Amino acid sequence: MTDLHPRRTARRAQSSLLGQGEPMVWLTGGGLVIALLMIVGLLALIVVQGVTTLWPRPVVRLTLDDGRVVMGEITREESYRPTSVQLDALSPTSARRARAEMEANAGMLHRRLVRVGNFELTGDHFQWVDHVNVVLEERPEWAVVFERVAWGRFYGIPKAFLENGQPVAETAEEVWRRFMALHSTVVARRAQRRRLETRAIGAINARLESARLAMRAAEIRSGTASVEYETRRREYEQTAREVSHEFARISGEIAALNAENAKAQLVVQTGDGRDVTLGLGDIVRAYPANRLTAMGRLAVYLSRWWEFLADEPREANSEGGVFPALFGTAVMTLLMSLAVVPFGVMAALYLREYACGGPLLSAVRIAINNLAGVPSIVFGVFGLGFFCYLVGASLDELFFAAKLPNPTFGKGGLLWASLTLALLTLPVVIVATEEALAAVPNSMREGSYACGASRWQTIKRIVLPRAMPGIMTGMILAMARGAGEVAPLMLVGAVKLAPELPIDGSFPFLHLHRSFMHLGFHIYDLGFQSQNSEAAKPMVYTTTLLLIVLIFVLNVIAVQLRTRLRRKFASAVF
Amino acid sequence: MHSVTHIPAGPRGDTFDETTTNRLAIVAAGGRVPTETHPAIAAEPIVLEIDHFNLYYGTKQALFDVTMNIARGKVTALIGPSGCGKSTLLRSVNRINDLISSVRIAGDMRLNGMSLYAPGVDVIELRKRMGMVFQKPNPFPMSIYENVVYPLRIDGETNRGVLDEVCERSLRGAALWEEVKDRLQENALTLSGGQQQRLCIARAIAAEPEVLLMDEPCSALDPIATTKIENLIAQLRGEYTILIVTHNMQQAARISDYTAFLYLGRLLEYGPTETIFQSPRLSETLDYVTGRFG
Repeated sequence: MTDLHPRRTARRAQSSLLGQGEPMVWLTGGGLVIALLMIVGLLALIVVQGVTTLWPRPVVRLTLDDGRVVMGEITREESYRPTSVQLDALSPTSARRARAEMEANAGMLHRRLVRVGNFELTGDHFQWVDHVNVVLEERPEWAVVFERVAWGRFYGIPKAFLENGQPVAETAEEVWRRFMALHSTVVARRAQRRRLETRAIGAINARLESARLAMRAAEIRSGTASVEYETRRREYEQTAREVSHEFARISGEIAALNAENAKAQLVVQTGDGRDVTLGLGDIVRAYPANRLTAMGRLAVYLSRWWEFLADEPREANSEGGVFPALFGTAVMTLLMSLAVVPFGVMAALYLREYACGGPLLSAVRIAINNLAGVPSIVFGVFGLGFFCYLVGASLDELFFAAKLPNPTFGKGGLLWASLTLALLTLPVVIVATEEALAAVPNSMREGSYACGASRWQTIKRIVLPRAMPGIMTGMILAMARGAGEVAPLMLVGAVKLAPELPIDGSFPFLHLHRSFMHLGFHIYDLGFQSQNSEAAKPMVYTTTLLLIVLIFVLNVIAVQLRTRLRRKFASAVF
Repeated sequence: MHSVTHIPAGPRGDTFDETTTNRLAIVAAGGRVPTETHPAIAAEPIVLEIDHFNLYYGTKQALFDVTMNIARGKVTALIGPSGCGKSTLLRSVNRINDLISSVRIAGDMRLNGMSLYAPGVDVIELRKRMGMVFQKPNPFPMSIYENVVYPLRIDGETNRGVLDEVCERSLRGAALWEEVKDRLQENALTLSGGQQQRLCIARAIAAEPEVLLMDEPCSALDPIATTKIENLIAQLRGEYTILIVTHNMQQAARISDYTAFLYLGRLLEYGPTETIFQSPRLSETLDYVTGRFG
């Protein structure tokens, strides 16, 4: 015994980490550090990529040793290990240089990805350029980036400005001056044309469709031989005649606008010396990338952000904005909250305030908690099978029979998506509300009962106000979860490109049956369904950044609300 | 918990040792003892009769055949060691115990002759005839004003004049008016602990209750706040019938007219406070009030 003690202290002193440092601190702390690093890394990647995407880069013109000229923006650079086939394809001088570089760089070659644009000429949006092939690299002063309505970007040097086919300016500077003077009017005309195409033509189409539906409804009700059908048919034909006149008038207006816009054209010389004529009406934005000052770059950057947030997508979503997706996400989340919060709170109230404890109650609680863990796609399948195909199809038969076989509610849509997500987030709301209710001290309830309040009066006047911060938190967490969900939405109504917003100026203003765009689905579509994947990739990051910011804002609101309301209910002494 | 291990434990059940005369031992063994009720109470006008009242939590009996009459306009204190059932008895009067699903009762109570436990009694209406003050101040998370008029609000009273009048009367009654009259719309949780408790008293007397029940109203308060509450109880005496549970022997002696001594669910002795504290009939009561056990 006397012998044992000194030896034990000696061992502890030796292993000082075990003795005083507590190894578990390092283990648990290390786990935390790894988790934090992952989160910070993810955020840094998305923020850096997302923020820099829209920044205008300079345009370079690269002359290659085989005589080709490549002009465009450098999007990224990398080192790679060339295959022998690639080496054999090089010219003798390049091959010599390549070997020298490979020797210096452990067998690696350097190359750059250039966004060359001019898709209709080259058939490519992007091109890899080996460093060793480049004989001349320059930044032409008047290289202009054109963002177009179709065909993606165009890189070139303005050569002439045509009015009605006649050149009126011949130097780049003069051409640019005239372009700047005229472009905003052209853009305004294009916007007007777009309005005519969507609103005016949409309105007359809706008119014709409602006349057709009235005819069809009469046919279903009383058959084609009836007087009613005959009246409706005549009305329909009358409407069709009026509509075709109206349509011709609007088409005329559109044609006039187009003709006006077609008067102004630019002749642009590409990097390899070809002249191309661009209509001013096809140009969304243009800037002389190498002449921009810092302020000019910032202006282009901000205007791109504005377009990104407020405009419709172009070019299969890889260009333009995400406004319909942002709007669709917001409306869907709002509708979802409207559906989920009352039900969730009611269910939690019953569970916590009315139900008698027992094995059944425990079973129900466990079931609700498990529901929170069910994969979201399962809810999507349920939504599709139950809401769309069962409820929706029945609604169609009852109320929209005239439209059949075109489904109205019998397909994915805003309403069914909201309800599916409401179901998905129901457990979150129930659990949060139950916790909030459990946190209301029993003494409050007893005090109220002792005053002669009934159970419902106690709940309404004492328990619910007191539990409100927790309920709000649950609601906003559910909103954040719902806003970021994608998988079930793919089944019940989110689409790649929705022609119309779910809310617009035509009666009944909120169109619950319409398909809608959603940020999460938009990201998936950009990343995996886009043809121009190199151009879409940075947009994926930008859209992801937007989604993260949206959810971050929701969470911040939740935390703020909770602390604000908690302070209100915090007791002064106990 | 207060230990009673120094009392010789008799065999369980009703068959205790007949030779034992110590009532505490008899009670601890599960036996029954008659209540010593002083005749002074019979002379008082009665507001609440507790009639052979038994209460069970599931299978565990918490109150045994309690019979006592509460005098109108007087302060009656319930004393006894922890777990003796004094709070349970108090909470049975306004049937707050009904909220616990396992509670069963036998016997009856009568408020001004009306049975509280007869079938068909409207518990909500019944509770409106009583006020209750709890151990910890439990103001509601709303303004001081709304706290006081809460009993009227749940009755659907919306007349501002009536509410204002009740608010002022109750707050004056609870000796809080001068302190809060300028900040009636402030949240009640901004008050100090003692003020909160007086606010709860104001709330309890707002509906002019026939009986005011107080469950250790000072146990969570500091001595100054306690003094204020005690003074307030002294003021309310006569106007209201007060039934108060207290742990504090001096408090019971200071503020009450009658005192009931409970032990393990049995009412052992019930009489005028002065007698109970100075010359009780039972030696066990004397032992308890002089702090020799409990």
